[in-house]
Amino acid sequence: MKNNTVISILMLMGLFIAIHSAVGQDTLKDNKFKNAVENHKCFKCHGQKYYSYYNEWTEKKVIKRMNPFYVIDSVKFYTQNHCSFKCIDCHDADYETFPHDGMLQMEGMSTCLDCHEDDEKTAKYHMEGIYKEYKASVHFKKYGTVFSCWMCHDPHKYKVTARENEDISNVIIYDNEMCLSCHSNGTNNTILSDSASKNMVAAHDWLPNQKLHFQNVRCLDCHVKIQNDSMVNHDILPKKDAVKRCVDCHSKNTILSATLYKFQSKESRSKLGFLNATILNNSYVVGANRNHILNKASLIIFGLVIILLIIHGILRIIIK
Amino acid sequence: MKEKIYLYPIWVRIWHWLNALLFLLLVLTGLSMQYAAKDSLLFPFNVSVTVHNTCGIILVFNFLFFAFANRFTWNGKYYNIRWKRYGKELWRQIRFYSYGIFKKEPHPFPVTKKRKFNPLQQLSYVIAMYILIPLIIISGIGLLFPEITLNVLFGKSGIWLTDLFHQFLGFSLTIFWLIHLYFCTIGKTATSNFKSMIDGWH
Ligand code: HEC
Ligand code: HEC
Ligand code: HEC
Ligand code: HEC
Ligand code: HEC
Ligand code: HEC
Ligand code: HEC
Ligand code: HEM
Repeated sequence: MKNNTVISILMLMGLFIAIHSAVGQDTLKDNKFKNAVENHKCFKCHGQKYYSYYNEWTEKKVIKRMNPFYVIDSVKFYTQNHCSFKCIDCHDADYETFPHDGMLQMEGMSTCLDCHEDDEKTAKYHMEGIYKEYKASVHFKKYGTVFSCWMCHDPHKYKVTARENEDISNVIIYDNEMCLSCHSNGTNNTILSDSASKNMVAAHDWLPNQKLHFQNVRCLDCHVKIQNDSMVNHDILPKKDAVKRCVDCHSKNTILSATLYKFQSKESRSKLGFLNATILNNSYVVGANRNHILNKASLIIFGLVIILLIIHGILRIIIK
Repeated sequence: MKEKIYLYPIWVRIWHWLNALLFLLLVLTGLSMQYAAKDSLLFPFNVSVTVHNTCGIILVFNFLFFAFANRFTWNGKYYNIRWKRYGKELWRQIRFYSYGIFKKEPHPFPVTKKRKFNPLQQLSYVIAMYILIPLIIISGIGLLFPEITLNVLFGKSGIWLTDLFHQFLGFSLTIFWLIHLYFCTIGKTATSNFKSMIDGWH
């Protein structure tokens, strides 16, 4: 028993070092690990595939498999928004005893709005507006309160990404995985729907270079109505209203400026007056990236050649 | 004047008109993708993409056919530039087009069975067929299969650079094409070269 505690503490220290070096000092919130020792009580079982406990009835140590859905990634937990939380800030304190009381399964979980409504610290996220948008989304309309914010925002690893990440490809991967966790995953999807998830490749077979598109645009960019008050719009539309017209993205006034590139700094946008600055650094979008200097130059060369040929032709006719 | 010579064998004519048709479609669809707008310019975007890709792939095979046939028939030797006297000959031809033609001087390099192209024609065909077309094919393949294209080069999107190069080549070939069309009107009559390319006889 003693040995176990020592090993646990050593592992805990190892984890801190690992996260410290992974995240880098400056981005660390001071109070990130405030509750780490406390949380380790839960992580020693919920942090890995196997857990063990001392069975007082049989007086034996037991090792068992943890339900994979109940395994929580501690590295992700300590880099997410609610990293400074105790598990029992959200969960009932009675979870500290094992085996957990069966009645605990009935505990009601707080919603985002329970804590964040009129919350000054998170006012910039317009949580109330998001809630309104969310209530207009297909998910809410179909499943009501059975569908919750937590289903996309995994309580143990959701981290603000689009707003704070400079690298768009990371944002795309992060945001798309949120959707794909149900939409390409039978097990997760059947929690709500009788049918296993539809094949996303088949549902989008009208889109050429599909892999390239899914790496370069978000599901949200096509499946959400463009609104300008919140950074990430939440009113996911029925499929018939999704963006299907290529020129919505592949043209000079691409919708990507109002969706995917919305959070890119305004300065880099206005420098060239159009999107090239922002888009070019991340992806090249045919039709949307136009270099006005090259455009003019090519027109001029083209015109000159034609004029020369016409003069030559006229001279030939006159002199004959 | 003289008796006619059979200059354009049937395979050259078939290759050439297929090539011309594909090229026309590629230019039009290429332009309508680059200048895509809500009220579509020529073709809707997805039509352009499909047509452009299809024509591009056919053009690859058509080009391979041309290159092979030129390698293994006598038509290929018209494309061999003889460098020794080439500079002088080229200059004579340029002088003719910019000056002599208006003085009704005779063509410096009249078409014969041995010399189908004048030096300027030869140069432009070699550049178009053995430099520009291969390069535009390679860059096109890089765009068709973006996974084989470098993601980042000198801190810029690899696809952007490839695409810029592809457009530059397309532009150059269009310029070639304009000049080509015009100079084809300099024959016995304005249309005689076009007739030759149809029936094969010069
Ligand atoms: C000795 C191992 C162990 C410890 C320590 C432990 N748990 Fe668990 N926990 C389990 C096992 C096993 C299950 C699944 C079986 C069950 O539902 O009781 C579980 C299930 C859960 C569930 C899901 C209940 C449900 O069915 O909805 C929650 C929530 C939970 N634990 C939270 C906690 C929290 C919070 C802590 C720390 C305060 C904690 N656990 C500590 C082993 C442990
Ligand atoms: C910010 C609040 C919050 C914190 C902090 C939190 N949880 Fe949870 N947890 C939830 C919510 C909400 C759910 C229910 C998720 C759902 O219904 O999709 C949940 C579900 C679970 C489950 C059940 C698995 C599942 O997906 O249903 C386990 C196990 C669990 N939490 C363990 C922990 C442990 C261990 C910690 C601490 C390391 C912790 N939680 C911290 C909010 C939280
Ligand atoms: C139990 C109360 C509680 C619940 C439930 C809760 N939060 Fe929070 N959340 C907080 C607190 C407190 C903070 C401040 C944490 C800090 O400053 O370290 C916070 C921080 C955040 C932040 C980061 C703010 C920042 O600028 O760093 C975001 C984003 C956020 N929450 C979103 C959500 C979302 C989305 C949900 C629902 C899916 C949710 N929260 C549910 C209490 C809660
Ligand atoms: C269908 C999935 C889904 C649901 C349901 C959902 N969200 Fe989101 N939410 C997202 C995605 C995707 C993002 C973008 C995450 C990122 O990159 O930061 C996001 C971002 C956010 C943000 C951060 C916005 C910003 O300005 O950076 C907040 C706050 C938020 N959601 C709150 C909520 C609340 C509150 C609910 C429930 C009313 C909810 N979300 C339900 C998918 C969802
Ligand atoms: C918790 C699982 C889950 C998550 C996460 C999720 N969805 Fe869904 N979504 C569903 C289910 C279930 C349906 C209904 C499917 C059905 O009717 O068969 C659905 C339906 C849809 C539809 C189709 C609506 C229609 O008209 O049929 C779209 C579009 C959609 N989701 C987009 C998204 C996007 C975009 C995201 C990410 C921001 C997302 N979903 C995240 C479960 C999820
Ligand atoms: C380029 C725009 C675009 C992108 C990107 C996109 N979708 Fe779609 N999606 C559509 C359109 C348009 C439809 C409707 C297709 C139809 O009419 O058959 C659709 C259909 C769907 C459906 C309904 C399928 C069905 O038949 O019930 C779901 C679910 C869905 N998309 C989810 C996603 C997810 C998840 C992602 C991200 C991985 C995503 N979409 C990315 C445009 C897009
Ligand atoms: C949501 C916006 C969006 C929509 C809608 C969209 N695309 Fe794209 N598409 C992109 C982006 C972004 C890229 C650039 C990827 C890169 O090169 O990094 C792209 C790339 C492409 C490419 C590869 C271009 C190249 O450089 O080789 C093709 C082809 C393409 N799209 C065709 C289409 C067609 C056809 C449609 C309509 C059926 C369509 N796209 C709809 C955003 C979109
Ligand atoms: C509508 C479009 C076109 C027309 C009307 C046209 C017309 C002609 C004519 C009349 C000739 C014969 C004269 C000569 O040998 O110089 C010719 C030859 C030739 N053209 Fe074109 N052309 C067109 C497009 C193109 C394009 C797009 C290319 C290449 C990119 C091209 C490449 C060539 C070549 C290489 C020859 C010489 C073929 C040989 O005899 O081996 N042409 N063209």
